[in-house]
Amino acid sequence: MSNKMKMATKNMTFHYGAFKALDDITLEFRENQVTALIGPSGCGKSTFLRSLNRMNDIIPAARVEGQVLLDGEDVYGPNVDVVEIRKRVGMVFQKPNPFPKTIFNDVAYGLRIKGIKNRGELQARVEASLKAAAIWDEVKDRLNESALSLSGGQQQRLCIARALAIEPEVVLMDEPASALDPIATQKIEELIRELKKSYTIIIVTHNMQQAARISNITAFFYMGRLIEVDKTETIFTKPSLKQTEDYITGRFG
Amino acid sequence: MDFRQKRKLVEAIAFFIIRSSAVIICLALAIMLGFLFVKGYRAINWTFLTQPPMDAMTRGGIFPAIVGTFYLTLGAILVAFPLGVASAIYLNEYAIEGRMVRTIRLGINNLAGVPSVVFGLFGLGLFVVFLGFGSSILSGSLTLGFLILPVIIGASEEALKAVPQTYREASLALGGTKWQTIYRVVLPAALPGILTGSILGIGRAAGETAPIMFTAAAFYTSKLPSSIFDEVMALPYHIYVLATAGTHIEETRHLQYGTALVLIALVLGVNLVAIIMRTRMRRKQTY
Repeated sequence: MSNKMKMATKNMTFHYGAFKALDDITLEFRENQVTALIGPSGCGKSTFLRSLNRMNDIIPAARVEGQVLLDGEDVYGPNVDVVEIRKRVGMVFQKPNPFPKTIFNDVAYGLRIKGIKNRGELQARVEASLKAAAIWDEVKDRLNESALSLSGGQQQRLCIARALAIEPEVVLMDEPASALDPIATQKIEELIRELKKSYTIIIVTHNMQQAARISNITAFFYMGRLIEVDKTETIFTKPSLKQTEDYITGRFG
Repeated sequence: MDFRQKRKLVEAIAFFIIRSSAVIICLALAIMLGFLFVKGYRAINWTFLTQPPMDAMTRGGIFPAIVGTFYLTLGAILVAFPLGVASAIYLNEYAIEGRMVRTIRLGINNLAGVPSVVFGLFGLGLFVVFLGFGSSILSGSLTLGFLILPVIIGASEEALKAVPQTYREASLALGGTKWQTIYRVVLPAALPGILTGSILGIGRAAGETAPIMFTAAAFYTSKLPSSIFDEVMALPYHIYVLATAGTHIEETRHLQYGTALVLIALVLGVNLVAIIMRTRMRRKQTY
């Protein structure tokens, strides 16, 4: 684990009103690595992911304590602009959520709201993002068609392209393949392996095999606590805690 | 009769009642339109549509009233649409549920229940007298605008609520500000629904008599308005005048029906424009 540390949480605790959803999470994410967050439904892994780019801010009763660091700077700090954080920490959601716009305008959205108007630059960056998300060949002749005309798997890669277009440093993925069929899932997984060369990737998944296939580090969450984190092969071959082993082998959860 | 037969019978009766209700409603509309058409179509000719009333309003046309109603309706929409949509955005996107929002909602709902003649008196007091706009297109448009405000707010809120939360999340996650998210994603997606609701407002604004009686409508004027401070004739008020206040009520029956027919055609025409706009927008973006 020699890569530079990109993001980290220190003693992070998260409340929804009176309910403590995350308790004292300390975790590091290194550059050019894929970290998988696993655990049963309701264990807090999605909440954890969404607090890394402050998406939980839109929930009125949410409260975060402790630190979430991006390049050593607290993203919940008093002088931090949340919009800037979200530009640096991109996100792909569980269900593909393209805008009801054309394929081109969908990917260009993040660029336009950053103030880029130059048509040539927009075209170049949209093309580069679609290529990076491995969907360019499928859509290059239909950029002016609705993004909603694409299949689910294509829509999800489009959403990845859209997230990549604004050149984030970290990409968060919340079960990005759970709504997709096996072939589309395989494409997304290949893509993730490719993307880690340029990005820090944190992915929530319910699929053990998926975590084993694509991640370098795996963190196991249970009941709002981080139970164990280690190299993925260690977690899946000889985890140090019985609880982790029980979950991975399907004995509970 | 065994249980299964009974169940089938109940099914048949229930379906018959439900279908009859739908048919009756359509029939009521058809009868009303048919009645108006039969009674009024003879009055409609080129002179009727293009000339002012003549001979103490027993002959001639209703052109000034058509123009007046068009301006008043347009004015009401110009007042109520921006104000209503903005209020709905505030209530649905910005405001945090609480006492304040509940109070505002209560106010809007009550506004919807206020009788239209009260709006007329309010317009008379505020716009005509206090602000000194006189009886004019401006006063009438503002009064009608307030009258249809609850309709526009209600429709806009419903349309905004129907926009999937995932759109907002996607935009925010890409570094969009709240305003960028609303302006570039939420509003375009909600606009077809907002327009649908506004159509109802248009119909109401065009057809109301009481709110414009004291604020805009002239008993008779042959000249067309030259500014928003002019008084105008208006179709609903003209019908009211011919049917109740004239000296030739019986002789002008066909003119009354003709005017009503024109009013309905005008409302349908304006609605049609809104419907076409909505369809075009829907074609561009569906969800």
